[in-house]
Amino acid sequence: MAAILEVKNIEKIYPDGVIANKDVSVSVEEGTIHAIVGENGAGKSTLMKVIFGITRPQNGTISFQGQEVNFKSPDDAIQQGIGMVHQHLMLASDLTVAENLVLGIEPKRRGIFLDDHEMIRLTREVAQRFSLEVPPDKKIKDLPIGIRQRVEILKALYRKAELLILDEPTAVLTPQETEVLFRTLKQLKANGKTILFISHKLREVKEIADRVTVMRDSQVITTEDAAKLSEEDISHLMVGRDIRTERIPQSETTGEVVLETKGLSFVNEDEIFVLKDVSFSVRAGEILGLAGVEGNGQTELVKLLTGLLQPTDGEIFVRSKAISGLSPRKVREIGLAHIPEDRMENGVADQASVKENLIVDRYYKAPYSRRSRLLWKTITDHTLDLVKRFHILTRNVDTPVNSLSGGNIQKVVVARELSADPDVLIASQPTRGVDVGSEEHIHSLLRQVRDEGKAVFMVSADLDEVLKLSSRILVIYNGEIVAHIPDPSMVSAEDLGPYMLGVKRQEDLGAEIHS
Amino acid sequence: MSPLLDSIFSSDFGFAVLRVMTPLIFPALGFAITDLAGVVNISLEGMMLMSAFFGVIVGAFTGSLLLALLAGILIGIAMGAALGYFHLKLKTDIILGAIAMNMFASGFTIFLLYVLTGDKGSTSSLKSLVFPEVHIPLLRSIPVLGDILSGHNVLTYAALLSAIVFFFLIFKTPLGLRIRAVGQNPDAARSVGINVDRVQLYALMLSGLFGALGGLYLSMGYVSWFARDMTAGRGWIAIAAATLGGNMPLGTFLAALLFGSVNALAIYIASVNIPSELIQMIPYVATVLALALYAIRVQKRRQKIKEEALEEEYDSGPPDNPPPAAAKQRGGSS
Ligand SMILES: Nc1ncnc2c1ncn2[C@@H]1O[C@H](COP(=O)(O)OP(=O)(O)OP(=O)(O)O)[C@@H](O)[C@H]1O
Ligand SMILES: [Mg+2]
Repeated sequence: MAAILEVKNIEKIYPDGVIANKDVSVSVEEGTIHAIVGENGAGKSTLMKVIFGITRPQNGTISFQGQEVNFKSPDDAIQQGIGMVHQHLMLASDLTVAENLVLGIEPKRRGIFLDDHEMIRLTREVAQRFSLEVPPDKKIKDLPIGIRQRVEILKALYRKAELLILDEPTAVLTPQETEVLFRTLKQLKANGKTILFISHKLREVKEIADRVTVMRDSQVITTEDAAKLSEEDISHLMVGRDIRTERIPQSETTGEVVLETKGLSFVNEDEIFVLKDVSFSVRAGEILGLAGVEGNGQTELVKLLTGLLQPTDGEIFVRSKAISGLSPRKVREIGLAHIPEDRMENGVADQASVKENLIVDRYYKAPYSRRSRLLWKTITDHTLDLVKRFHILTRNVDTPVNSLSGGNIQKVVVARELSADPDVLIASQPTRGVDVGSEEHIHSLLRQVRDEGKAVFMVSADLDEVLKLSSRILVIYNGEIVAHIPDPSMVSAEDLGPYMLGVKRQEDLGAEIHS
Repeated sequence: MSPLLDSIFSSDFGFAVLRVMTPLIFPALGFAITDLAGVVNISLEGMMLMSAFFGVIVGAFTGSLLLALLAGILIGIAMGAALGYFHLKLKTDIILGAIAMNMFASGFTIFLLYVLTGDKGSTSSLKSLVFPEVHIPLLRSIPVLGDILSGHNVLTYAALLSAIVFFFLIFKTPLGLRIRAVGQNPDAARSVGINVDRVQLYALMLSGLFGALGGLYLSMGYVSWFARDMTAGRGWIAIAAATLGGNMPLGTFLAALLFGSVNALAIYIASVNIPSELIQMIPYVATVLALALYAIRVQKRRQKIKEEALEEEYDSGPPDNPPPAAAKQRGGSS
């Protein structure tokens, strides 16, 4: 089969001197699914950005469909037949599916008017051609994330993409949605399209990829048939050593209740009733995991717990002290730390340095400041220590956070929150976008926090993570707690599925949840 | 008070409301379009002032109403384009840029006024043109309604019409779709090859056009001269009206109607024996009140929705609506 994309000797050095791609050559065959794997900061996203014309390399050539190309912007790449599904979806949430789809190349009526009917017909047409069902006249904000991603894929197909690039498409998906996405990708492959995707989940790579390219330290280590490599082989190639995956033993002792909610309800700005009468408690020395399909109230629940939103009704207690009405800083001072689900929105100030981001929650306290003056020497020492302890890959602590790779930004957030020495840790998607090695690292840190007698409330879309770490599990559906699993070792991901999808629910949950 | 009440319930009052709301609708729509596009333009006060001035001056010196209209509109659009240049090209903060435009407009019109007429207060020495009044044949013969709706300045009808034009522009044209997309998620728009800066520039220029019509009406319809700072805060009240109306045409129209009524009321009460300073406060106080009431109502409604949903849940099983908007049936809670 012929190569549809041929990348040769790409070298990309960012303005601050970071070499992100060094002599990178990859050849992608037409009609295949090609995975790119590698540790955080290995240069995967950079390579995709180079191919799609978002940034330009210093050296090297790219050929697409047999012709050498030189994209000056993503526009050029789109014109030539390359589509990209970004990790942060590029959709206008108040517009409908059809409007998002035709944006920029709208069908017109009488020269100046939008042709609403044609718009919807075109949407149906592409959707049908690739068997990717979407509701054309629904607004994006009313759709679950999996469907939104599908709209994003359709957008690329509508623009006649032959090669589709997906950067960590499954990071935000539930197992069910991931399965649907994979069916979609296989379907597209059957239609002759070529797929290039990045993933940290090696099981997924094994499941659908035909070929795998492994990157390490800005270089391509190898490109192989996926069938020829085992998961262990791949992770070995990625890090140059073996990664031990261990079953985390449950802690023996749990203490008193540290975090408790009573009858929490929340009505959001769009007047949607997103949380209904949520009550639970977390004890010292346990990890309470919250499972659920994304968009069922988890985001709001976490924001309520951390003081970023105020409940419409109900109360939250930390060590029997009511915290509603307190500012996020006050809540933190009581002893609560928060790893937010969206690191770019609530986790970091993206233009501030690594150093500044590591102390934003504590800069006003001793030993970081004295009489309103920041003590930079102490701060630098402290942050250098954190960078080392948490394996944050950065040039130095003055580097702006937005020039770190996605996984390393996550580590900055985790480092800050864990080093705050909280009584309660609210961890939302704690390992989103980090590589296998770092995932293990963060997991063992969470376990350590638990063993130190802290209470951990963890929200995760990754069921394996929930099952592996939790002392107990709650399942949320449509803003309500629908199941409580006191002993996670007795259940599998398949057992949780029906609760997550609202097909099944436990009765009389009230008392039990407080265990 | 009874003569006052009489006059408020007269058709004259209705007529006055329409008259007074004209210079609010235009700039309110002008603000709404920029807010939708994500480039809030708070320089409508300045845009109106400049157009009001140049309309009168060009009209007086050329004697042509058409040229006056064109001059006023061009100056408004140019102001929008200038603000766009500062903000989009030179990366100035748009709020600071707009404040500068407002101050410039106030000072510049007074300066030119003095240079051209030797008067720093108004153009009363010039012969100003006015836009014609329109008497609508059939409408005027309807008893009360005719008296209210007929005989207005042509720009008053244009104002009513512009709310409809605005609707079609925003919801039924490709440009409108792009404006909404750019305002909501510029990255999304950029990712499909839309030139975000250009769309925002167009929105600002359209805003200038709307602002210009409001200004022209003030000096060449509402009255027939230009006076220094004659906009008297209308460009700001318009922003309140658009916000209150959620930047949507009907909402903005209704909010402008509300503020227009209060304004007209203030004019009527002026005939009663109350200190005029107090009366002049009414429109502004009403603006603050309306915004506060609006905020309270939004709060209340959220509370109510929660209560209703809870009640419904416990009383009877609601229909099985799809998540996440609907309240799910609580099995076995009976
Ligand atoms: N805009 C930028 N400016 C400077 N350096 C950058 C920029 N973007 C990325 N880098 C650096 O380039 C290197 C490669 O980053 P890249 O985002 O390509 O990694 P990645 O393989 O996608 O990692 P992850 O799995 O964490 O997303 C990293 O060291 C990162 O800090
Ligand atoms: Mg990346």
